[in-house]
Amino acid sequence: MSAIAAVDGPGVPALTEVRVRPAFEPVEDVVRAFVVATMFWGIAAFMVGVVIALQLAFPILNLDLEWTTFGRLRPLHTSAAIFAFGGSALLGTSIHVVQRTCRARLFGGDLMGWFIFWGYQLFIVLAATGYLMGITQSKEYAEPEWYVDLWLTIVWVVYLVAFLGTIMRREEPHIYVANWFYLAFIVTIAMLHIVNNLAMPVSLFGSKSYILFAGVQDAMIQWWYGHNAVGFFLTAGFLGMMYYFIPKQADRPVYSYRLSIVHFWSLIFLYIWAGPHHLHYTALPDWTQTLGMTFSVMLWMPSWGGMINGLMTLSGAWDKLRTDPALRFSVTAVAFYGMSTFEGPVMSIKPVNALSHYTDWTIGHVHSGALGWVAFIVFGAVYYLVPVLWKRPALWSTRLVSWHFWIATIGIVLYITAMWVSGIMQGLMWRAYDELGFLQYAFVETVAAMHPFYLIRALGGVCFLLGGLIMVYNLWMTTRMPVEAGVPAGQPAR
Amino acid sequence: MTFRHATIERNVLLLMVLTLITVSIGGLVQIVPLFAVESTIERVDGVRPYSPLELAGRNIYIREGCYTCHSQQIRSFRDEAERYGHYSLAAESMYDHPFQWGSKRTGPDLARVGGKYSNEWHVAHLMDPRGVVPESIMPPYSFLQDRPLRGRDIAQHLKANRAVGVPYTDEMIASALVDLGAQANPDADASGLLARYPKAVVGDFDGNPRLLSEMDALVAYLQMLGTLVKFSDYSLKDLQQ
Repeated sequence: MSAIAAVDGPGVPALTEVRVRPAFEPVEDVVRAFVVATMFWGIAAFMVGVVIALQLAFPILNLDLEWTTFGRLRPLHTSAAIFAFGGSALLGTSIHVVQRTCRARLFGGDLMGWFIFWGYQLFIVLAATGYLMGITQSKEYAEPEWYVDLWLTIVWVVYLVAFLGTIMRREEPHIYVANWFYLAFIVTIAMLHIVNNLAMPVSLFGSKSYILFAGVQDAMIQWWYGHNAVGFFLTAGFLGMMYYFIPKQADRPVYSYRLSIVHFWSLIFLYIWAGPHHLHYTALPDWTQTLGMTFSVMLWMPSWGGMINGLMTLSGAWDKLRTDPALRFSVTAVAFYGMSTFEGPVMSIKPVNALSHYTDWTIGHVHSGALGWVAFIVFGAVYYLVPVLWKRPALWSTRLVSWHFWIATIGIVLYITAMWVSGIMQGLMWRAYDELGFLQYAFVETVAAMHPFYLIRALGGVCFLLGGLIMVYNLWMTTRMPVEAGVPAGQPAR
Repeated sequence: MTFRHATIERNVLLLMVLTLITVSIGGLVQIVPLFAVESTIERVDGVRPYSPLELAGRNIYIREGCYTCHSQQIRSFRDEAERYGHYSLAAESMYDHPFQWGSKRTGPDLARVGGKYSNEWHVAHLMDPRGVVPESIMPPYSFLQDRPLRGRDIAQHLKANRAVGVPYTDEMIASALVDLGAQANPDADASGLLARYPKAVVGDFDGNPRLLSEMDALVAYLQMLGTLVKFSDYSLKDLQQ
């Protein structure tokens, strides 16, 4: 623990409070703006999710308009959830965390911070409006066309420079573990984004381009990107969040320093190999599939190592779960992380994948990660951050946090169980034979059989959205409470 | 000299470089051989670049996000072979920038939908899916029928494809605009088109000879999917990767 204890990490409050701090003024307006953006895009993403879930149950809701078909709204939903909601949360918390744990002001100050904020928001708006107009590369989670990709690259480089620069001017000898994960997220996403989006524009004044790679190589590169958007955007970045906010909320140091080192290096090494499990039994050569499956199964270990490190951080502070419902979000997030990182390796095993691929099971799996892990860890962090950033003594209502927690949890359970049933059912129906040796079901019979589960899934989504709205109301009321006198910047009064 | 992780924790550039190396290995091992090993793409005859009208149709398929619900990749299972046809080859998508294998079958696989239904069926189905298949949950695409296909820059599209490796010849690029119209016009002389793009389906796809519509292009694309390779010419051994 010694190395960690030397850092002004979240885990060592006793040490930091007695030390005389040199004054440093963190950039906070930008972080506040990112928190607001996180909640705004979160609600937008959940709402579009509910709409497209209902479209699958009631196709009339496509409205017979080109801008509102499922095909155009689905990328809007995924990008809003991953890049707008998740991305704003990651950028905002990373800027907050890197300043606090390095005890240094953001490199480039307010100017750089605001450029990152508005640059990133512009990226989101450019991407989203493009989808509605049908401007897409059709590569999942990399749909924005070349001009949006270029803009994101510029913003991302500025973000990397600001993050690195802040670490370089740190007052602390060691770089805190949360920053390792944030750094791996920033660097790896840059690599994935650039390679996967290499393309030839048709003209400089048009939106259309043709991707550099074709067919089987393009498929491999896309899922090398796609799975590691999960691995580095939706996992490594949010693990950075876990390593800062859970110790802060629980007021305990990270469980094991050694485990966090092993967790970090093994996770980032293994994740990058897992892409081919999206292409089992396809025209991708067998050796690549098998390699992808093997590493996906191995990935279970570092994932659970990280889960254990997060959960065990609560040892000695489990009682706080009773009194702090915001911490409940963070801890449940880690539990969902454990669950979906177990389910993932199972689904990557080829015979299991033969059943699950192309079905709703995958959709359910993604959402147990996206809702249970990503959104819950964000909710926990934002509930913690808002009183800190707005310098309020506490949240307006812990009761409402509790309500949010239970409504959202019920929503997730409805969602993923409906998708398990419909996915497995659909997979089994596709391969069912009758006693005469003919395929038993026409494809459209499997579509009709999905209907009740699509209803349950939409209901789950509505619950999750409701929870989000409760959260926004609670946070809004929190910022309207009187400022607590005598609370210095960044010191939550609890 | 003993290794201490603290060295890495104190030097952010070292941390970044080691991270980059660590995350590069897996991708290099899995991706580079796919370009280097020749047997990755099976040697079969018949696969050719898309005709201008098919390419325009493919771009509409991409624009509308058809890949969000339809795969174009038949896996090597008995039930998929019976439902959709021969399993997909890597060669069949070798000119696909980007690939359209998809990841979800909310609707059926389309890798070999070409020739399975008539043009009239496709148009009726795209106009009003539930008019043809009552249980369908597909959105209607009636707006394609009345919208003129914007194809004046089609030669530019062929050139961009050539820049990323599709073997379009100068002749194909020069006659791109003519070929675009000829494929949807049963009265035109299609011999040049068919010489350049064997097996291209020619016809007035949308039933409206006065207008070259987006519907024409999309149906032309759907009607060629999976039709290029003649599988009776090959044994399974020939198709091994």
